[in-house]
Amino acid sequence: MAFFFQELVNGVTVGALYALVALGFSMVYGVLKLLNFAHGDLYMVGAFVGYFVIQWFGGPNALTIPVPLLVAIMFVLAGLLTGGLGVAIERFAYRPLRNAPRIAPLITAIGISFFLENAALLLFGAQYRVYNTSDFIPFHAGFSIGSVSVYAVQIMVVVLGVALMVGLRQLVNRTKFGKQMRAVAADTEAAEMLGVNVNFTIAATFFLGSALAGIAGVMAGLLFDTVNNTIGFTAGLYAFTAAVVGGIGSLPGAMLGGLLIGIAQSFVTGYVSSTFTDLIVFGLLIVVMVVRPRGLLGRLQLQKV
Amino acid sequence: MSIDTPPPPASPQPAGPQVGADEWVARQQQRREYLPGGFGQMQRAIDGVGWWPRLAAAAVAGLALPLIGLGGFQLQVGIDALVVALLAIGLNIVVGWAGLLDLGYVAFFGFGAYGFALLSSSQIGRHGIHLPAIASLPIVMIAAAALGLIVGWPSRRLFGDYLAIVTLFFGEAFVAFTNNVAPSKLGGPNGIINVDPINSFGHSVTSNEGYYYLLVVLVVGTMAVLRLLETSRTGRAWRAVREDSLAAGAMTIPVNRVKLMAFAFGAMVAALAGTIFAAQQISVFPTDFDTPFLIVIYAGLILGGAGSIAGAATGALVVMVIYDGLLRSPTDSAYLFYGMILLTMVVKLRPWRRLYLILAATAAFGFAAHSIAAAISPSAVAGGSQSTGWIADALRDWVIVPANPQTIGNWGFVLLICLLIALVQIKGAWRTVLLVPTIYLASFVWETRLVAEPAITRQIMIGAILIVMMNARPQGLLGARRVETPQ
Repeated sequence: MAFFFQELVNGVTVGALYALVALGFSMVYGVLKLLNFAHGDLYMVGAFVGYFVIQWFGGPNALTIPVPLLVAIMFVLAGLLTGGLGVAIERFAYRPLRNAPRIAPLITAIGISFFLENAALLLFGAQYRVYNTSDFIPFHAGFSIGSVSVYAVQIMVVVLGVALMVGLRQLVNRTKFGKQMRAVAADTEAAEMLGVNVNFTIAATFFLGSALAGIAGVMAGLLFDTVNNTIGFTAGLYAFTAAVVGGIGSLPGAMLGGLLIGIAQSFVTGYVSSTFTDLIVFGLLIVVMVVRPRGLLGRLQLQKV
Repeated sequence: MSIDTPPPPASPQPAGPQVGADEWVARQQQRREYLPGGFGQMQRAIDGVGWWPRLAAAAVAGLALPLIGLGGFQLQVGIDALVVALLAIGLNIVVGWAGLLDLGYVAFFGFGAYGFALLSSSQIGRHGIHLPAIASLPIVMIAAAALGLIVGWPSRRLFGDYLAIVTLFFGEAFVAFTNNVAPSKLGGPNGIINVDPINSFGHSVTSNEGYYYLLVVLVVGTMAVLRLLETSRTGRAWRAVREDSLAAGAMTIPVNRVKLMAFAFGAMVAALAGTIFAAQQISVFPTDFDTPFLIVIYAGLILGGAGSIAGAATGALVVMVIYDGLLRSPTDSAYLFYGMILLTMVVKLRPWRRLYLILAATAAFGFAAHSIAAAISPSAVAGGSQSTGWIADALRDWVIVPANPQTIGNWGFVLLICLLIALVQIKGAWRTVLLVPTIYLASFVWETRLVAEPAITRQIMIGAILIVMMNARPQGLLGARRVETPQ
């Protein structure tokens, strides 16, 4: 039973991470109706930013600043840089295609994903970069109940993830900007007629979504310890799945989907084998799409003429 | 830009209206935009020839190419390019005609290769199955079509985006499957080796020349069949579904069935390419069917023009010759790189004196920058171009290559991306001014970083092709832009 709870803890942690990536993905889909395949690669960029922040401040063994400050800088810098990158991508590649056939921005997104992955390979090389989290956030800093142990990093990831999700929910539901965002998601043209600055809203949504991906990337670096140019692809794939399972375009759905995928992955890895994780997650996706195509919390979308 | 609609009554009318609801789709394809001036005349003349003489000319050219003496490496590049061309024209059915984003396409290619390998090797049973190709090819292709139906089915009533995700996962799952399931049969990461050659009636294709000719015949044959399919009822239905599936449904086109058909046809062509690939390679490995290869096929299709058979084939050939052939040697790729820059400038920069001005300014900028850098520190220009021949001599005093170029080259790459984005955004005179340092920086990054990492450079090029083409010329190099009819 302890094993079960241990896997559950791990699953919830990973799930919080996937939920963050899926949230950004789902937000972008909401306003632009675009599957942003480059989203996973922004996560990868965020993870690299975190790595270089650690190196900049003396490396994991000889930090020149206190650990909480370091972690804060990592998250803020990664969020800002990936957010900016997301805005640049939107401005440069997606905005000219806003009225093009649906397939054009999708193919562009694949191109951007491939470009970012290989640009990172050119800049940072193929070797795995290691965060060495345990050197500055020790394992014993967490707590344990019986034989189930919860590490400090896991607590931090879950707390920060939940805080970001709650903040985002408030932003979307309570603020004027959130209202504009929902208006653009519901009907871009009508929103524009009513005075919403559509370009700004879409750019800001891209910034938020990409920043969430970058923050999730730093979390991944802290949790899994290794960073490489290929980590974005798998994470992106799982985030798509989470968003689709939860109901694409629905923010609570993305959180739920992320948690489900994280827990499913953790249990499959723990009880079956890590080689079958992809196949099982894929099977889960197929089941949801056949049984409930709009996702668990998604609204039924009618096709309009 | 001239629009040839509506035709004046005196001019010969195109073939009369097609039956009923098909007419709109049929006519929609004819309204095309031509280039102004002589190029437009040429386009019209080529369009007027008809498809089969053009295809026959291409076939003759393809068959005659080995006669001028291709080396072993060039022949291999040709074979790979033809395999990708076959894949691209198959992908064109799904993406170009039916408008469905199939990101698991490469898995059908893998399925064909593995299917053929299992049926033509000692992998199954005590003595193995060694079917002749005349029997195994149809089996594999029909099985792939059935697989296409199965994969397309769960997403049949869903939007294109869902289909993209399901197929992307299917492609990933295929690689995971071949890597992990039944290692005694599928070989796991070691793949299947000792696959029989393509053989029937006691003859077998064993040489690379043989595979080259076989592939030319197959590509041309598939193009002819697909051309007939394009103008058939089904082909028109695909394009109708792509333009507006709801309206197509209202016109009694069975949308889901038509989409699944496109999927199955695409899978069939992919499987055919897979069988030839497996036979020519004599082996199959899971890594042959990975996502990067899928993106290469997409780049070929998009470069040539999705929706056009000739475009798909040409684009794939061009991409593969660059990807596999030219980018391997520093000198060839230098010709390619500087040639592309020059060509783009000649095509895009008007009036002519603006072009001359920018060329002169870029040359002067380079020599000035080089001499300043050399004056400050000799080690800043200690490295040399990796290419050889006259192009290296011309570049020696122009482009700065430091002794230790890696870090500075990386920063240059990042700066280049920023400059390119800025260049797209700004307009007017500043764009001309910014163009000069951008071209110089591109050469600098090329010589310091990109030429040293050809394997990464070609991947970056593939990604860049997709982004730039979709934004600058979504109809592809060969496709003519369809003119939207005013509503």
